[in-house]
Amino acid sequence: MTNLIFFSLVGLGIVFSLYRLIKGDTHFDRVVSIDVINVCIIGVLVAYALISKNELYLDVAIVYSILGFLETIVFAKFLEGRS
Amino acid sequence: MNIIGQILLILGGLFYALGGLGLVRMPDVYNRAQAGTKATTLGTFSVLIAVMFFMPGWTAKLVLILVFVAITNPVGSSTIIRSAYKSGVKPSIAVIDELKGFYDESHDDVLEVDSEEVYEKEVQ
Repeated sequence: MTNLIFFSLVGLGIVFSLYRLIKGDTHFDRVVSIDVINVCIIGVLVAYALISKNELYLDVAIVYSILGFLETIVFAKFLEGRS
Repeated sequence: MNIIGQILLILGGLFYALGGLGLVRMPDVYNRAQAGTKATTLGTFSVLIAVMFFMPGWTAKLVLILVFVAITNPVGSSTIIRSAYKSGVKPSIAVIDELKGFYDESHDDVLEVDSEEVYEKEVQ
């Protein structure tokens, strides 16, 4: 039951972020929404590691957080100076 | 122990949902980044501490993820906001823009401006 409520709430947050990703007024809104989706997916990976009782998903979460941070920085630097 | 973990897990999911709701409801890039990043950082902390209550043997890796998220998430948000300001996206409902005049259009560095002087000019 707890897992059902947790994944429903995270899915709600990801759906809201996808709305902003599609509609987004500027490109920076889209980068912010991608950042939020990345952090949500880190939480989902950790919770899935708890459900499946497999520690390997924590390593996946570490690498995913590093790649998500790199993606945010690269997009911000790429869009800098363009309107 | 188990009850605390379940409450923290649901609280983390609630903060994720609130972060997404902030992205939908807020009027501006700056407000959206503020709402989304802070709420999701707190949600990640909550979920990681909940998993720590369930599985005490995984604490080392969970603390590693927690420290990494705590360092990188505000840095990423700040970088996006700096890039947005330098690209000319103005705050929609701001009364005082204290950074006005600090960034040159063509140059990449921060200009040498007396901040109190700029503030006085904005207030008047």
